[in-house]
Amino acid sequence: MATDVVQVTVPRSTGGHHVRAVKVVLHRELLRFVNDRTRMVTMLIQPVLWLFVMGTGLGTLVRGSIPGIDFRTFMYPGMISMTVITTAMFSAGSIVWDREFGFLREMLVAPVSRGAIVVGKCLGGAVVATCQGVVILALAGLVGVPYSPVLIVTLLAEMFLAAFTITAFGVTIAARMKNMQSFFGIMQMAIMPMIFLSGSMFPLANLPSWLHVLTTINPLTYAVDPMRQAVFGYLTVPAQVDAMLNPGISWFGNRLPVALEVGLVAVVGAVLLGVAVAQFRRTD
Amino acid sequence: MNPAVSVRGLRKSYGDVEAVKGVDFEVAPGEVFGFLGPNGAGKTTTISMLCTLVTPTGGAAAVGGHDVVTQRDDVRRNIGLVFQDPTLDGYLTAEQNLRFHAELYGVPKTVLADRLRQVLEMVGLWDRKESRVSTFSGGMKRRLEIARGLLHSPKVLFLDEPTVGLDPQTRAAIWGYITRLRHTEDITIFMTTHYMDEAEYCDRIAIIDHGEIVVVDSPEALKASVGKDRVQIQTGDDERAIAALQDRFGIEAAVHEGQVTFAVASGEEFVPRLFADLGMPIKSVSVSRPSLDDVFMSYTGSTIRDAESGSAGNQWMRAMARGR
Repeated sequence: MATDVVQVTVPRSTGGHHVRAVKVVLHRELLRFVNDRTRMVTMLIQPVLWLFVMGTGLGTLVRGSIPGIDFRTFMYPGMISMTVITTAMFSAGSIVWDREFGFLREMLVAPVSRGAIVVGKCLGGAVVATCQGVVILALAGLVGVPYSPVLIVTLLAEMFLAAFTITAFGVTIAARMKNMQSFFGIMQMAIMPMIFLSGSMFPLANLPSWLHVLTTINPLTYAVDPMRQAVFGYLTVPAQVDAMLNPGISWFGNRLPVALEVGLVAVVGAVLLGVAVAQFRRTD
Repeated sequence: MNPAVSVRGLRKSYGDVEAVKGVDFEVAPGEVFGFLGPNGAGKTTTISMLCTLVTPTGGAAAVGGHDVVTQRDDVRRNIGLVFQDPTLDGYLTAEQNLRFHAELYGVPKTVLADRLRQVLEMVGLWDRKESRVSTFSGGMKRRLEIARGLLHSPKVLFLDEPTVGLDPQTRAAIWGYITRLRHTEDITIFMTTHYMDEAEYCDRIAIIDHGEIVVVDSPEALKASVGKDRVQIQTGDDERAIAALQDRFGIEAAVHEGQVTFAVASGEEFVPRLFADLGMPIKSVSVSRPSLDDVFMSYTGSTIRDAESGSAGNQWMRAMARGR
């Protein structure tokens, strides 16, 4: 019996080993997403309700003031971001779940850096949220948005970036949480106002100044606006309506280029990732 | 040979509470070493420090020759862990859980398939490898955790209360794997337990109480150190036998388990004298060595169950005892 034992020699840590760890944490997120059909469906119900029920209802009210465009078309990029945001937050929340059920410990005692685990988790959340967003993306035709390959690729990239940043944000919150209830409590408290103030539900033009300030400091605004600008680039809308529905973001009267908005989201994402890693590095 | 685990003056405090008050011990390679003590004695805190999960307040510890504070990753690479609480992902299959572990520990791909099969076969879960872990019973989960803990061929396997909450059959099976491991793998086993009968499987035991090690020795030596054997006799008249023991040998005896029971040094040598001098017929006699219960009692002044009183589980146990 002693002869046929397979002995494993675990190598010392190398870069390749950390990449392997990132990949397996990411892989697990995907496996869990694919196995959890209920989650996939429930995550879609909210944006679809907003888009087709609220959007249709509100649309009849505002039809007169926005000639040439369906209000649902306006809401569409907002709903993509909403789907991505809630899915990403949920993915981040699975860290709390893992802690409650002990699996987090299995990851934290492994001979890999905490950074690799957090990066894997954030990438996993981003990929899962992007996959979920693809379903909303498929509905484009129903709200009069063309299926242009360039638009789709642009939106996918922007979705991925937004999802990564939100997952990193979620992970920084989840790092110290001991149970799911308190995580979802905090998440609701943080996410609801951020979604309301992001321009995903109503246009950010002609707002009272206090509300304008709040929307400008909300980081989510910078994730939603590039998607809206991408979509509006493929629509033919009267200039006056475009100014009302797609005003962009202005700092002291200067309109920000999309590249800068995207860059801001990326920087915030990187900072949050750093904070998340630092939180997991701390031990008892 | 260098010790597999060496610990000097290891301490851990949480605020004013000293959970571990400076412990010293060494574990030799290939040894099965047990930490025996009531809940809250500092067993899990010590094991957590050795596994690099908790940073010590003071002292030093090395596992496989690597310092647990300064060479954390080296320690982690060389240890396997089975915790009291499950740490499996119920959404994944048994095999997926092990593959996840293999990736995190960087197990070379060339040996993975063989090793996976070997550890799963050892714990009898090879045919269930494609089942989701959430469908497993408590015992199956613990077996899977043991397989996972061994997957990367650790030098030291840490088992924190490996059989707590399991049925006797599964407990026996798990002990079967552990004893077999000693022959098949080049491994040191460090475990904690508060079951006396399980401590018997260890080469050496450290009795820990209130954060301090009271004594370290083999179960046999510990039992011998108690000095007295337990003798039980059956007679036609127990009252008279007890009186006779008191009169002729000066021994205090009492009826336990329906037999006259007393403790005496070197019981086997005492038996011939008993037959010669008791002055009444004896139907049967049995001599037993002291149990680890007796050992724990003699070193700490209380039984392990008394020492644990106050914890929820024991209130339940006492309530059960009262009900009988």
